[in-house]
Amino acid sequence: MTRKQSGGNTSLWDGAIVRRAAVDALRKLNPVTMMRNPVMFVVEVGSVLTAVLLLRDIHQQSAAFRFDLQITLWLWFTVLFANFAEAMAEGRGKAQADTLRRAKSETMANRALAAGGTEQVPSSKLRAGDIVFVGPGEMIPGDGEVIEGVAAVDESAITGESAPVIRESGGDRSAVTGGTRVLSDRITVRITSNPGETFLDRMIALVEGAERQKTPNEIALNILLAGLTIIFLLAVVTLQPLAIYSHSPQTVFVLVSLLVCLIPTTIGGLLSAIGIAGMDRLVQHNVLAMSGRAVEAAGDVNTLLLDKTGTITLGNRQAADFLPAPGVTKQDLAEAAQLSSLADETPEGRSIVVLAKEKFGLRGRDLANTHAEFVPFSATSRMSGINIENRAIRKGAADSIARYLEEIGGAMPEQVRADVETIARTGGTPLVVSENERALGVIHLKDIVKGGIRERFEQLRAMGIRTIMITGDNPLTAAAIAREAGVDDFLAEAKPKDKMDLIRREQAQGKLVAMTGDGTNDAPALAQADVGVAMNTGTQAAKEAGNMVDLDSNPTKLIEIVEIGKQLLMTRGSLTTFSIANDVAKYFAILPAMFAGTFPVLNALNIMHLRNPESAVLSAIIFNALIIIALIPLALRGVKYTPMSADMLLRRNLLLYGFGGIVLPFIGIKLIDMAITAIHLV
Amino acid sequence: MRKQLITAILYTVATTLLLGIAYPLAITALAQWWMPRQANGELITRGGTIIGSQLIGQSFTGSGYFYGRPSAAGNGYDAANSSGSNLGPTNAALITRVEQSAAQLRNDHGDADVPVDLVTTSGSGLDPDISPAAAQYQIPRVARETGLSQAQLAQLVQANTQPRQFGFLGEPRVNVLALNLSLRQRLAETRAASSSRAAGADSGKAQP
Amino acid sequence: MTANGWLQIFIFFAIVTLLAYPLGVYMANVFSGKRTWADPILRPVERLLYRVTGVSPDVEMRWTEYAVAMLLFSVVSMLVLYLIERMQQWLPFNPQHLGNVPAILAFNTAASFTTNTNWQSYVPETTMSYLTQMAGLAYHNFTSAAVGMALAVAFIRGIARRECETLGNFWVDVTRGILWVLLPGATLAALLLVSQGVVQNLHPYTTATLIAPQTVTAQGATQRITTQTIAQGPVASQEAIKELGTNGGGFFNTNSAHPFENPTPFSNLLEMVLIFAIPAGLTVTLGRMTGSPRHGWAVFAAMAILFAAGVSVAYHAEAHGNPLFRGVDQHATALQSGGNMEGKEVRFGVVNSALFATVTTDTSCGAVNSMHDSFTPLGGMVPLVNMMLGEVVFGGVGSGLYGMLIFVILSVFIAGLMVGRTPEYLGKKIEAYDVQMSMLFVLVFPVIILIFSAIAVLLPGVGTSSIANPGPHGLTEILYAFTSTAANNGSAFAGLNANTNFYNMTLGFSMLAGRFLMIIPMLAVAGNLARKKIVPASAGTFPVTTPLFTMLLVGIIVIVGALTFFPALTLGPVLEHLLLQAGKTF
Repeated sequence: MTRKQSGGNTSLWDGAIVRRAAVDALRKLNPVTMMRNPVMFVVEVGSVLTAVLLLRDIHQQSAAFRFDLQITLWLWFTVLFANFAEAMAEGRGKAQADTLRRAKSETMANRALAAGGTEQVPSSKLRAGDIVFVGPGEMIPGDGEVIEGVAAVDESAITGESAPVIRESGGDRSAVTGGTRVLSDRITVRITSNPGETFLDRMIALVEGAERQKTPNEIALNILLAGLTIIFLLAVVTLQPLAIYSHSPQTVFVLVSLLVCLIPTTIGGLLSAIGIAGMDRLVQHNVLAMSGRAVEAAGDVNTLLLDKTGTITLGNRQAADFLPAPGVTKQDLAEAAQLSSLADETPEGRSIVVLAKEKFGLRGRDLANTHAEFVPFSATSRMSGINIENRAIRKGAADSIARYLEEIGGAMPEQVRADVETIARTGGTPLVVSENERALGVIHLKDIVKGGIRERFEQLRAMGIRTIMITGDNPLTAAAIAREAGVDDFLAEAKPKDKMDLIRREQAQGKLVAMTGDGTNDAPALAQADVGVAMNTGTQAAKEAGNMVDLDSNPTKLIEIVEIGKQLLMTRGSLTTFSIANDVAKYFAILPAMFAGTFPVLNALNIMHLRNPESAVLSAIIFNALIIIALIPLALRGVKYTPMSADMLLRRNLLLYGFGGIVLPFIGIKLIDMAITAIHLV
Repeated sequence: MRKQLITAILYTVATTLLLGIAYPLAITALAQWWMPRQANGELITRGGTIIGSQLIGQSFTGSGYFYGRPSAAGNGYDAANSSGSNLGPTNAALITRVEQSAAQLRNDHGDADVPVDLVTTSGSGLDPDISPAAAQYQIPRVARETGLSQAQLAQLVQANTQPRQFGFLGEPRVNVLALNLSLRQRLAETRAASSSRAAGADSGKAQP
Repeated sequence: MTANGWLQIFIFFAIVTLLAYPLGVYMANVFSGKRTWADPILRPVERLLYRVTGVSPDVEMRWTEYAVAMLLFSVVSMLVLYLIERMQQWLPFNPQHLGNVPAILAFNTAASFTTNTNWQSYVPETTMSYLTQMAGLAYHNFTSAAVGMALAVAFIRGIARRECETLGNFWVDVTRGILWVLLPGATLAALLLVSQGVVQNLHPYTTATLIAPQTVTAQGATQRITTQTIAQGPVASQEAIKELGTNGGGFFNTNSAHPFENPTPFSNLLEMVLIFAIPAGLTVTLGRMTGSPRHGWAVFAAMAILFAAGVSVAYHAEAHGNPLFRGVDQHATALQSGGNMEGKEVRFGVVNSALFATVTTDTSCGAVNSMHDSFTPLGGMVPLVNMMLGEVVFGGVGSGLYGMLIFVILSVFIAGLMVGRTPEYLGKKIEAYDVQMSMLFVLVFPVIILIFSAIAVLLPGVGTSSIANPGPHGLTEILYAFTSTAANNGSAFAGLNANTNFYNMTLGFSMLAGRFLMIIPMLAVAGNLARKKIVPASAGTFPVTTPLFTMLLVGIIVIVGALTFFPALTLGPVLEHLLLQAGKTF
């Protein structure tokens, strides 16, 4: 798996991004924007409040000015740091969007006129249904479907992949994307999208996060955080009357500090950054998710439907062995098989030639001067072959050859039939080779399971995800490959409707299903699946039906998508836990500081032995602000993900972020206390 | 909604009859039939007069009696007005009260620390018991005041000490009313014995 | 602390654990409509009740209908109780000829008993007639508990059902709870209590002639006391359901400290077991009805841990006694329990007092066998914290389980994301609406407690004037009152004079809000859960059956509870404890 970075190699702390984020952090102080994040909005209100009271301090020349000033500054820093985190996450997307925008620059298109002939129109004027002609070196003016011709297209502007791809009319490789460039040949394209709705437009919007809507889990988490904020707001507001009862009323600065320390600012400040970064990580893997919901759903997936070909096995079957009929030498069979395949350009055919060459030293012969006549594969005969020098060599599925032999008065020897059956049973594909009315033997075509895929499935199983292999093969063949690859289940002789039924069945059990697809007939299933990843090489219909597009068109990537989804959710959960766990230490810092003046016995709670009340409050608020900055890399990269069972994951993360979240601030606050008292800030 | 409201009303009436009237009356009938002594408060009668309940403490502060615990119920052991002191642990009133009680007790009982139950009010204000420690603490005083020997009193206390129920439940305790009743009985017996001994001596003397 | 003390705690909890399984299975059968041994007697009664009251037992209710039925029943029965109180003077079973209950006190009491709180602003012996006690107060001890059980069962159904709109029939659930569980249990318990000496009669109060008349001086007047008036009444029948239904409203002022309510150590053990029995059993019912018995036990274990922590702290604190008692022997010996005996009965000693205080506040019972107000600061903090955690340590009959399950949902949500999936609870995805309603449920509690307490401490005329113990302890008294009422517990730091208009109104409101404002979002969650599909469990499913989950649940409960109330606790019991150690009094 190659990991390309389509937006250029942006490191985490790219200078340009940091600069832009710093400016954006200030811009985001706008209360209207802040209101979307209740936790940080409360911090901002607190900051404004203390800032106003600071003016009164100045006016009254209050002795507490130095302390109050520092508190106020750190409160503002807290807000800014959170904004900065969000801006950093967006920054990477924006950089990418800029690259994409360049691809979107206005071009002129040759639009076909109804009356015949063409006219030049700007690409932005093209509507769905228009027909355009694109020649070599020209930019494809908009998304569409190739309706005539075949061309090599450079799609690097979108995929980052520099090798050109073939686009041709008909079939599953007909979709072209606006902003890509035709390298050779001419194609006729039917435009499928209106201005502003093109793939490129959507992609820019996506990576920029402009259309970013909160995902279901994010909404739920926000409610939780808002609830906790209200609870702490209550706890702090009502603390003042209790403090008055106890003859130790508090200043607003200290109360606001306590509030800000208690509300979950860490997760509140990083929540949207985590979401944006999650989408961004997908983009880095060259996958475009049409919604954040889809990314989350990927984390929840219970069942993966994987196409056998290309995902579990290498693209095509390959010849693995020749099994001659009684009285035929292996050499003869190999020779006949090679002859019959010389004109066969399919991968299977080529693999037969290669095997014959490698095993029996048979070189491909130049047939130009012989009177060879190729018999191409046809749907009716279901076999192909060659007629050469009175030899009629045929190659095809066992039943087709058997029927053919019967017609011309031959028969299949028992041994050949037995071999055919054995091969089929072990998951291979038998091809029978005949010469005139005689069957020569069987070619064993085998699916080659990709290296490492078995381990991959084991990991998925450990994560509780079931894999189902989808194949058009017969059940026998399918079972053998399924066994070899280690999938949990398979669907053999799958027709599009079967796939659809399988998805519905799984969903009826409450499971979430992910699948990949590219053909038009995959579209309904892609739409039905909870996560439908369309291949970029696929048809427009497939791309519209799915909720993700893989620009690399690599079906194995579904597994990575699932991992990214899980990582996103884990990062949120871990930081939430961490944030809440942090509060314990902050209480022990601030509460004794608040009341030890009136009741020195309360110093018993000052278990960190912080120097004095001012230093204690300040240390807590500084820790609270700095931890946001410190966790930005974690929020953007995501917590470390290793596939394992939920129980193990919970154990690890709870220890790391739960227990760690309790302990770390004790150490951090103490260190800050030592530092600020050393430099006489308080 | 309307149907539900009617159901709610009917349901309240029907269940009130079942749970609020039938159930307690049935329990009362069964209890009075099977366990009348317990159901009526384990009352103690002497010569036809009810003198108290086995379960409800009474005030004993006079000389010649084992003292019970201080009580916050009414004017002390008001069994129609149960109450604790509800004084908090840092309340100066509590500390002062305990100190005064302890000082008073030490006046009569010597300098040893006072068993805690003798200076603290009970939750109900009707606690019928004191700890065996509190009973033993008072033996020298009661002996002095009644003229009974400490050994006799120790034996009385022993006889009136209830061990933990089933050997492990609760705390060992001495029922103050029962202890004082047996103390009175013992005193009466002793007096009767001494007077009859005196009488016996007389009659002996009278015989030739 | 003594070995025997720990043994008593252990034996108590062993009994509870052994009882939980059969009782839980029985309740699961009862609420699933399966056959039980009692059917031949109870089925006809049940059918008759439905016929008389117009209940169609086969009609299932959506969560909203369930809530409406519950509210209507509560309103109607609360009104009836109010009327009984207001008219008791003219009604039968009033041998002491007690007058009608004043309006505001009657409101407070009606709210109190309808909400399973059983907060008592009054002295029952001198306020409530036998009829009010039986048909008004004890009646609500049955129904408020049955309503709680019905709600818990509805919640369990919400978890267990799939793609279903309804949660069961409220009337059927209440009826089955009463007839199959509460009535047989209370009958058996009442007779056992009578055997120990709990009174059960309708006699007027008994007058005893003292063998040692006393002379007392009160308010300057010297008075000779020759008799003792001993309050009587139908106590055992009420006592049994008071504990079994975790109601806690005493027949007498001093509740289970009163010798006629709780005469022996065995009656004390029985009462504590009765308090825990149904809530502990319901965890088994949960496991059974959701098809995940191990989850039921995981929840039970979380409760057990919190119980053990509470009782250990309370016992430790009380056994150490009051450091300011000088010249007093507070050591535990073979002859005395020692420790802080102020407000405690000798027959229970410190261990059974600390244990009872923990048990009664772990649940929403609120019965007391010792005066919490006189506990040491840390000993008294245990009941307070138990209630602040939401009474989920076994908790009230029904209310404890659904409160705990809301915490389970929040735990699953917070930590569930950490395994990289949308959090699932027993196959149900926890989504925004569930979190929203759960947070509402959790919010009600601090809103009531903190806001009312803040108001009360700021009002010297009506708020702080009721305080009996000055200093931090007074703050704790106020906190305790609002916590106890919001949590529907009903126990008190009884020094606070709550029989004032201010407290009767605010505490009454606090009880109603603490019950019904929490039930509505809880039922909304249940209704929403019932609608969802059940995702089959896999290796990727968040585990809710493991010890790790139990620890997580405990952590979330403690942190959410502690984080909310830690500041208030700091100025109350924590500060008082530190001052007490430093020798300060007020």
